[in-house]
Amino acid sequence: MEPLVRHRGKVARLNRVNVDTDQIIPKQFLKRVERSGFGQFLFYDWRFRPDGSINPEFELNQPQYSGASILVAGANFGCGSSREHAPWALLDYGFRIIIAPSFADIFYNNCFKNGILPIVLSQAEVDDLMEKALAPGYELEVDVERQTVTDGHGWVSTFSVDEFRRNMLLKGLDEIGLTLQYEAAIAEYERKRESLQPVL
Amino acid sequence: MPSSRGNTKMPKTLFEKIWDAHVVTQPDGGPALLYIDLHLVHEVTSPQAFEGLRLTGRSVRRPDRTFATMDHNVPTDNPFDVKDPIAAKQITTLAENCREFGIPLAGLDSPDQGIVHVIGPELGLTLPGKTVVCGDSHTSTHGAFGALAFGIGTSEVEHVLATQCLWQKRPQTLQLDLQGTRAPGVTAKDVILGVIAQHGVSFGTGYVIEFTGPVVRAMSMEERMTLCNMVIEGGARAGLVGPDETTFAYVRGRRYAPADSEFDRYVEAWKALNTDEGATYDRVIQFDVSDLEPQVTWGTNPAMCVGVNGTVPDPSQYDNEVERKAVEQALQYMGLKPGTPIQDIEIHHVFIGSCTNSRIEDLRVAAEVVRDRKVAPGVRALVVPGSKRVKEQAEAEGLHEVFKSAGFEWRESGCSMCLAMNPDTVPAGERCASTSNRNFEGRQGRGARTHLVSPAMAAAAAIAGRFVDVRKLMTSYQTS
Repeated sequence: MEPLVRHRGKVARLNRVNVDTDQIIPKQFLKRVERSGFGQFLFYDWRFRPDGSINPEFELNQPQYSGASILVAGANFGCGSSREHAPWALLDYGFRIIIAPSFADIFYNNCFKNGILPIVLSQAEVDDLMEKALAPGYELEVDVERQTVTDGHGWVSTFSVDEFRRNMLLKGLDEIGLTLQYEAAIAEYERKRESLQPVL
Repeated sequence: MPSSRGNTKMPKTLFEKIWDAHVVTQPDGGPALLYIDLHLVHEVTSPQAFEGLRLTGRSVRRPDRTFATMDHNVPTDNPFDVKDPIAAKQITTLAENCREFGIPLAGLDSPDQGIVHVIGPELGLTLPGKTVVCGDSHTSTHGAFGALAFGIGTSEVEHVLATQCLWQKRPQTLQLDLQGTRAPGVTAKDVILGVIAQHGVSFGTGYVIEFTGPVVRAMSMEERMTLCNMVIEGGARAGLVGPDETTFAYVRGRRYAPADSEFDRYVEAWKALNTDEGATYDRVIQFDVSDLEPQVTWGTNPAMCVGVNGTVPDPSQYDNEVERKAVEQALQYMGLKPGTPIQDIEIHHVFIGSCTNSRIEDLRVAAEVVRDRKVAPGVRALVVPGSKRVKEQAEAEGLHEVFKSAGFEWRESGCSMCLAMNPDTVPAGERCASTSNRNFEGRQGRGARTHLVSPAMAAAAAIAGRFVDVRKLMTSYQTS
């Protein structure tokens, strides 16, 4: 996994609440057995019309948001299905940071496993960024170590991410590799439990 | 299992007991390394996890605590005739992965095949006190047995395959106390939809919900599974019901359940899992079911829901601008006008199935409604049993004849039209009364309009060609 220490990028806005993972990546694209190549299907039913042409009304299709790597969205982003294809699609499309007032649990978790940082800011701050992101070329800089978001023009905010996850992001660690260092503890736990019947 | 924490009698909730018994280690007050007792696997969210193992040269730590089946992609007319080559590849990939890593598989030719959340309980794999995970958000279903069960992503699937553990931050607890008496014809589906309609699609975020109170105590295991299945639609990763005699009676005799000779010892241990007197939750919600009607969703998330005698809401009644926009967008997608009575909404498709409502009891209730009646002209109605065993049981009871003679299609088991990954889809602009769990845009097909209802309400809609209060159709309810 690519470490994420500091990131500066263009901001796109998606001013909708309860964006579910079925919208982020519709089910017809879940049949692949690879992790890559999902970006082309991101928000498919919103980005494209039924005939396959680009839907110019959809927020992310506005030319000013082309190349954006930071997404600002409404509350409860990523609700619904546990499909990790959702963060895979966001990442493959180019997003490394998602800012929202709240996230659904499974999606939030899945983001970290793929080097995407979901940032929770207050509703007022998100509203603020939604306004600012109307201006073409609006950029933010995120410092994962210091847990700050700034636009370099006076707008600054801080966020919090638990240390464990932050460390994984900063170092781009392989979580399974980390866990396997606890092999002895896992084996001991299994031995103890299986000697105690009934096992609960 | 005797507590390793001495004899201090700190009252604990059901969740706390299961959690504490599964913490392998918790370094520096960070997340806990939680042991997983049962890992269920299906074809859609696992291929990349197995590929990850291969790339790193890792193996599956406990194939004996892992169980796989195929459900999402499976065609329900002829499961062996997978016309979509990409779906077929996913199905064969799972079979190959199970063979390579030694994981038991209920494949397409197995009598145990079915929706992963139907077969886990059916086979006795799901038991009180276990931790259960699966790469599927509706894993919450298994909480009905007093198991801590939650959905995970594919990276976590790989992590569990390799280590049988997961790093987890301890969630908070929410007691959802169901009080009052359900009116006849008001099902578990209506209860959970009613709760979500009142509290929204994210009230449970960060919580494990334990259902308590007389309403849940009186529910069958099938009903409890429906209730826990949909907690994720309220944002909670897991739901729980304390194990009781209903639970034990369901579990006893199932293939992977403890043998009869030792079953009673297990029952004693399971009983002790229940929340102690005096234990507290981080949050408590009371919900009275007495005035609840059968529910119908009108929008594009499960909280956009109203009683069958209600009307489609008017966006102008919403103060919050973002919410108003969301309702406007939902009504536009759904092709509905504000103020329309729910019972004036005509439907074209009926789907009885999914991990929410495809168990034998669901089919019995639906069959009772359709018995000696006919599906309305122009309505396509499907029954998709949750598993091969459910199908077999229903056929033994003659339910398939009831459905077929009414004009329903009687299908093979799978996830089917709940998410339409297989050929069972709803065409754009058409309306479906569905017993599934999500009415998101495009869920049942691009442009498809999904209305979530109970099996009884779906059956009634099939007969009437529009939504009706099922209680008017059910003779057994008319006396009450």
